Amino acid sequence: MKNPIVTLDGISFQYDTQERYALNNVSFDIYEGEWLAIVGHNGSGKSTMAKLLNGLQFPQAGEIHVCGIKLDEQTIWDIRKKIGMVFQNPDNQFVGTTVQDDVAFGLENNGIPRDEMVKRVEDSLKRVKMDKFLHQEPHHLSGGQKQRVAIAGVLALRPSIIILDEATSMLDPKGREEVLETVRLLKEEKSLTVISITHDLDEAAKADRIIVMNKGEVFREGIPEEIFSMDEQLVQLGLDIPFSVKMTKSLRDNGIELSRHYLSEEELVTELWTSRSST
Amino acid sequence: MDISLKHVDYRYQANTPFERLAIADVSIDIPTGVYMAIIGHTGSGKSTVLQHLNALLQPTKGSVTIGDYEIKAGQKNKNLKKIRQKVGIVFQFPEHQLFEETVEKDIMFGPMNFGVSESDAKERARVALHQVGLGEEVLQKSPFDLSGGQMRRVAIAGVLAMEPDVIVLDEPTAGLDPRGRKEVMDMFYALHKERKLSTILVTHSMEDAARYADQIVIMQQGKVVQRGTPEEIFSAPVELVEMGLDVPEVVRFQLKLEDKLGIKLEKMFLTIDELSAAVTMVLSRGVRL
Amino acid sequence: MMDKMIFGRYVPANSVLHKMDPRSKIMIIFLFVCIIFLANNVVTYALIGIYTFFMLGLSRVPVRFLYGGLKPVIWLVLFTFILQLFFTREGALLYELGPVKIYEEGLRQGIFISLRFFFLILMTSLLTLTTTPIEITDGLETLLHPLNKVRFPVHEMALMMSISLRFIPTLMQETDKIMKAQIARGVEFASGPFMERIKAVIPLLIPLFVSSFKRAEELAIAMEARGYRGGEGRTKYRELSWKKADSLQMVLLVLVTILLFLLRS
Repeated sequence: MKNPIVTLDGISFQYDTQERYALNNVSFDIYEGEWLAIVGHNGSGKSTMAKLLNGLQFPQAGEIHVCGIKLDEQTIWDIRKKIGMVFQNPDNQFVGTTVQDDVAFGLENNGIPRDEMVKRVEDSLKRVKMDKFLHQEPHHLSGGQKQRVAIAGVLALRPSIIILDEATSMLDPKGREEVLETVRLLKEEKSLTVISITHDLDEAAKADRIIVMNKGEVFREGIPEEIFSMDEQLVQLGLDIPFSVKMTKSLRDNGIELSRHYLSEEELVTELWTSRSST
Repeated sequence: MDISLKHVDYRYQANTPFERLAIADVSIDIPTGVYMAIIGHTGSGKSTVLQHLNALLQPTKGSVTIGDYEIKAGQKNKNLKKIRQKVGIVFQFPEHQLFEETVEKDIMFGPMNFGVSESDAKERARVALHQVGLGEEVLQKSPFDLSGGQMRRVAIAGVLAMEPDVIVLDEPTAGLDPRGRKEVMDMFYALHKERKLSTILVTHSMEDAARYADQIVIMQQGKVVQRGTPEEIFSAPVELVEMGLDVPEVVRFQLKLEDKLGIKLEKMFLTIDELSAAVTMVLSRGVRL
Repeated sequence: MMDKMIFGRYVPANSVLHKMDPRSKIMIIFLFVCIIFLANNVVTYALIGIYTFFMLGLSRVPVRFLYGGLKPVIWLVLFTFILQLFFTREGALLYELGPVKIYEEGLRQGIFISLRFFFLILMTSLLTLTTTPIEITDGLETLLHPLNKVRFPVHEMALMMSISLRFIPTLMQETDKIMKAQIARGVEFASGPFMERIKAVIPLLIPLFVSSFKRAEELAIAMEARGYRGGEGRTKYRELSWKKADSLQMVLLVLVTILLFLLRS
């Protein structure tokens, strides 16, 4: 069994302005090196989760441990070096006047010496394929490009964990693809732990494991195949059913035999081909 | 109300060193009551076209005819305000335009700018609120106290209350979760059907275009590259893909299937059920098509 | 709307002035503004003039950009000139037409004061034409660093400036979007009675304010998440480097100052 790198124990959280609990006695582990997607409708508690993991808010009850350290007001600055976060709005996290200035911002905050900064800025921009844009100003960049710069800014601090807090929801399809592909490649080369908070199915499908939140509680947890087989329930939870699941269902309703509820498009095509060849 | 663009060019910042030709020789006919989808990548010129539909921009070449008004390049055009009442635009992230003290006042803002009396505007606000699926209890609330999804609906209501003949939607589902997306698209489709409201949807989503539109116009690098019904456009999906464009998931899947199974179905299907029925026929009869 | 040539805005070029450290440029302009008041005769004004045109030449900025800077103030200069011309009554009488009298000193003072305006504007424009806003911010931050000792928040001010600069184009884009949305709802910004046009600003300003507050909050959260906790312990990525040209320019100005003292009456 892999090591848990983040643990949540009995977390409950309530915003001052609201009566109901945004998170209610939530507990789960996040394992080192995995890509975990936390999905749920707006209001399910998933975004609150992101804020708690980074110490931007503190729970009323329960404990969070990151890399073995208990998250509290003393430890947040150390923990923020281990967990980097990319937020939803590409403009509202871009601090620097140019791309390289923005990536350097986090490094400056942490007192990294200048020679080291220069190296890391160049290096992280290369890894997100934005190294040709060093001197560009943010208003000339697309949403996808700004988010990649944000990822570079996070990477420059060499964290073990990266949280994408609905980082693709304001992007167009091309931007979304760019960002997800970037994260996928990074994870491969670096064995980062990725926590992806989203309502986008394609993003969730790339994860190793999915946690479905509903009304402040963990509704279900499992690998994508299990979760996507939930079918109609997903719609009730405010999510969508992947195309291949809908296709599979429709074919089954017409009498075609297929092995499982959830197949990827490729698997579905293969099964249909096999059944064709045997007629 | 018909709208048509005839050989329209638009240059941003003409006669400066920053001049940029955004659209070139664009001709589009938008007949009354149509549901048209305009598709294109960011930078294809679709927002420029959109802004010509209510005379926010005037062509630098060619002409735009909106109902009885003709807007020709090079002419000074007055009384554009009337056009704006007839062609309502819901911009991307429309919740950013809310500003009034109460939801009711904000929805009334548009109609009253066009000369509607206060009492009529109030009534329209009630109706519009109902159309977007919100209850009357929000009328006296401040728009800034609502959730993001509610704010968006209030903004949409503000445009509907203007009672336009044509409604233009610029990526109305941007940033919404799947449930929100479905609700908004279904709502506009229902309005289109009930009130024969000409609807122009500017979108990235091929699925939405295939599902809702009667007519599709595809733009690329400032030009119209394809136009037709969804059936016509998606009947040649390989060409679209080669042009760097997307196709609906159903079509993409059909291509994969046809490729792997070495078959060709009678046509490109646009819905899951139609495709699944066709595939079932092929498999159950073992017929080579 | 954006990218229009604004008076005094940075114009890229490969000149001596462009390559200078912003600190020296700021100090030079500051000193120049002080010493220009030392000039009080033809020789000293000529000296100032020669220095100014020398610097302009070094900057390689096309003349039309300088003209843009002068245009707004031309009326003020003319007004001051006329004031001096008609109301300073000293020296020999040069011209008389009824109640209107022009004296020698009036003419002199008129010319001198106009020249002063002229040179001041040209030199200060040089600063903004050859130095990017962010360089100016960095230069000021470094120069004002000693103020930290008296608890003046130098770092915070510099950060505020650089964030503001970064958001100006973004805000302009947003203003454009909101204007379009409101025009589509029947607002007329550019025509109609005066009062209506003033009121039209409300549906533009309020959304801008609201979104700016939201932006500020989200930005602050992002900054915290990236480890920002104030100026202490921070290192700097952007570096300023003082070169020979900077020292030479400083020496040059000091020489000019000395000459001014010697040559003034």
